[in-house]
Amino acid sequence: MSDILLDIKNLRVEYHTEDGIVKAVEDLYLTLNKGETLGLVGETGAGKTTTALSIIKLVPDPPGKIINGEILFKGEALLKKKTETMRKIRGNKISMIFQDPMTSLNPVLTVGFQIEEAVMLHQKLDRQEAKKRSAEMLKLVGIPPERGGDYPHQFSGGMRQRVGIAMALSCNPELLIADEPTTALDVTIQAQVLNLMRKLKTEFKTSLLLITHDLGVVAEVCDKVAIMYAGTIVEYAEVASLFNDPKHPYTKGLLNSIPSLDEDVERLTPIKGLMPDPTDLPKGCKFHPRCPKAQEICSREVPAITSLKENHQVSCLIYQGLVPA
Amino acid sequence: MENTEIKKETKKRGQWKEVWRRLKKNKLAMVGLVVLVLIILTALFADFVAPYGYREQNLSKITLKPNAEHLLGTDDLGRDILSRIIYGTRISLLVGIVAVTFSIIVGGILGAAAGFYGGVLDNIIMRIMDIMLAIPSILLAIALVTAFGGGLFNVMIAIGISSLPAYARVVKAAVISIKEQEFIEAAKAIGARDFRIIAAHIIPNSLAPIIVQGTLGVASAILSVAGLSFIGLGIQPPTPEWGSMLSNGRYLIRTAWHVATFPGIAIMITIFALNVLGDGLRDALDPRLKQ
Amino acid sequence: MYKYIFRRILLLIPVILGVSFVVFTIMFFTPGDPAQIMLGERAPAEEVAQLREQMGLNKPFFVQFFNFIKNALRGDLGRSLTTKRPVYDELMSRFPQTMQLAAAAVLVAVVLGIPIGILSATKQYSVFDMVAMVFALVGVSMPNFWQGLMMILLFSIVLRWLPSSGYGTFRHLIMPALTIGTSSMALITRMTRSSMLEVVRQDYIRTARAKGLSERVVINRHALKNALIPVITVIGLQFGYLLGGAVLTETIFSWPGVGRLMVEAIRSKDFPVVQGGVLLLAITFSVVNLVVDILYAYIDPRIKAQYK
Repeated sequence: MSDILLDIKNLRVEYHTEDGIVKAVEDLYLTLNKGETLGLVGETGAGKTTTALSIIKLVPDPPGKIINGEILFKGEALLKKKTETMRKIRGNKISMIFQDPMTSLNPVLTVGFQIEEAVMLHQKLDRQEAKKRSAEMLKLVGIPPERGGDYPHQFSGGMRQRVGIAMALSCNPELLIADEPTTALDVTIQAQVLNLMRKLKTEFKTSLLLITHDLGVVAEVCDKVAIMYAGTIVEYAEVASLFNDPKHPYTKGLLNSIPSLDEDVERLTPIKGLMPDPTDLPKGCKFHPRCPKAQEICSREVPAITSLKENHQVSCLIYQGLVPA
Repeated sequence: MENTEIKKETKKRGQWKEVWRRLKKNKLAMVGLVVLVLIILTALFADFVAPYGYREQNLSKITLKPNAEHLLGTDDLGRDILSRIIYGTRISLLVGIVAVTFSIIVGGILGAAAGFYGGVLDNIIMRIMDIMLAIPSILLAIALVTAFGGGLFNVMIAIGISSLPAYARVVKAAVISIKEQEFIEAAKAIGARDFRIIAAHIIPNSLAPIIVQGTLGVASAILSVAGLSFIGLGIQPPTPEWGSMLSNGRYLIRTAWHVATFPGIAIMITIFALNVLGDGLRDALDPRLKQ
Repeated sequence: MYKYIFRRILLLIPVILGVSFVVFTIMFFTPGDPAQIMLGERAPAEEVAQLREQMGLNKPFFVQFFNFIKNALRGDLGRSLTTKRPVYDELMSRFPQTMQLAAAAVLVAVVLGIPIGILSATKQYSVFDMVAMVFALVGVSMPNFWQGLMMILLFSIVLRWLPSSGYGTFRHLIMPALTIGTSSMALITRMTRSSMLEVVRQDYIRTARAKGLSERVVINRHALKNALIPVITVIGLQFGYLLGGAVLTETIFSWPGVGRLMVEAIRSKDFPVVQGGVLLLAITFSVVNLVVDILYAYIDPRIKAQYK
């Protein structure tokens, strides 16, 4: 299937810290097709950022280690590549936008220069041409090009994030990874930034891996969505399919816990319990301590990936027939 | 009310244990601590440790190089250098501790007043601190000792005065951070109660930086008194102050190098231990600890 | 930008006035009668009394202070009690030498300290790092006057490579400069290292790497500038320490600077000289800090922008 842009198989990433080994990502499988927007959803600590950093091999080492797995980008195995080769890919074929715009830009360099850098490096432009390109990108993201000579602190959070987007898209990457790009922003700015991303994605024909904890954002922007819990994917489906017909108990719990505008409810229904301690994960299905459908077997067997129908997969013993629904 | 007090107590005790645990992990800091303890013990038991008295002259045995009877040699009046260094630990530690204590108390009061009352008082005090900081502290100490006259006590006060701005700043910062919290709670503040609450909170809040600053400050004070004695201010022989021993040895450097070398090594070891311990404390007391 | 510079210069004036007041007050209350010292112990009492009147030593404190300031502004800092020459001349004839020493020491501290600090940070926990850090700790712990003596012992007496005292050539400058500079160098090395380690942990460094920049570019272009900002302030403050160190070190190396003059003046109770010397060095220190502050504002765009 030449349509697959990114294919992650059996990824396992651990952080070796003083307090123990943190199993950030375990048995992770994920696929992203060309031109698609895939939402990666999970609560804080689920391992989303680690997954993203693994793709461009920027997991901080120490203390992080990619233990095993395969990440295929257009058929090429990224984890086997040397650092030199990865550098040619970063910012060029695969770009990343980070979560906190207040700290992601270098305070002592102008925003224009920070965009020019990427362009000069990957597209071998000279300074003049790079400046032109940088100005174009700024205009594209809605920032007056004259402001290229300004410093990050002179911009608001939303504008800084746009600069981040400009930087990431400046070399026309095939894959854009956005790690919670709007989480740190006001709701109104969120909408603007998301719209911008949507527009640019279509224009540049970039595939997008959008990491978020906000299902609302997913509904707006994404084609497909993967739900992540405690380091692994528990459900993967097309957006409509997930919202209309969620399969995994965790997904159902997430959808139920969103307050409804129509219904008059006295109490919210959160998922009981807390995210597990990553140094001491539950055996068997990682969700079982919090699962309303859990049976004894769930504490022993690790669920396999079950394909329910076209483009709808779930990891749950219920769908393996081992547990009553 | 009682429950929160008890909880605070256990939390504090737990915090100190945690600090100790972190400090223990720092091998270098532990070395410094051990050395420091040895120095303190030497100072306390100098009479038992030193082979000779510190003012025992023996004019038939002047400027002897290190030998079996005088492990570090003798100076130009036949006094045993090792013994003088051992007794010198008392002077150095005394000056260091008294000077720093003085700085902490006076600086702390000034800083607390500046932070607590704010306004004009704050301005005045901080301006004075700025002025003091504009004069390199050794020069200020020199000027003060020139005015006060020499002698152990004056030197301690002079050094204490010249280093108090740092503590004033630390305490003021602590007070301000508390003031901002407490005022929110204590909307109905009764004057005296306010002061007591703040006094009970300033100390824990500023304790960490004061401990670090203080440890490093003792090192700096010891260097200062050595320097002052070296140029003839401060402490004079026969008191076995390491700096004055160095000054003595300066003129003998060509013929009797040992007279100047060993006291300097003593200073270096002491300062090293204090610095390393101070660094270790700074890391162990890192704000990451306080949740 | 100019507003900032102007404001800072303006703020300097009250500080200098304050320093003058403090120094004058301290000297004022120092025991010893300047007139007596000037004329010598055997001088008859009436002569001393007459000189006191002449020197205005009987006027009230604030009048004397006011006169002091008035005269100082004209460059008149009184006369040395021992040599009878104007204090100003005595100081100024030696000031260049002290500055030369201080400048050389700063150079040593910065040119050696910063690169070693950077290297230590990029090779954290390596052998180089450990050794550098131990050296730095030792360097900070050595009293500089002792270090000077040890250097003389080694290089002048044992090896006979360098002169132990005097002034004039580069060979005379090396040891004193190294003596004063080493502690500063040690401090700057440690500060640079910790600042670099701090900066390298920041998000924007991760962003730079994610753009595909080589590690060398990330360090040199992105990390360095940010890391050096706090170090520059420390350099300024270190200058004060250097000036203080000069006082002790000049004595050891017989370096003809302000420091040595002051030490002799202390011994001979020549108060005007001590007063003038402290004042001069304090003002120098303040000016240096001012320059550093301006430099700092220039380099850090966040500060620069505040005063545009």
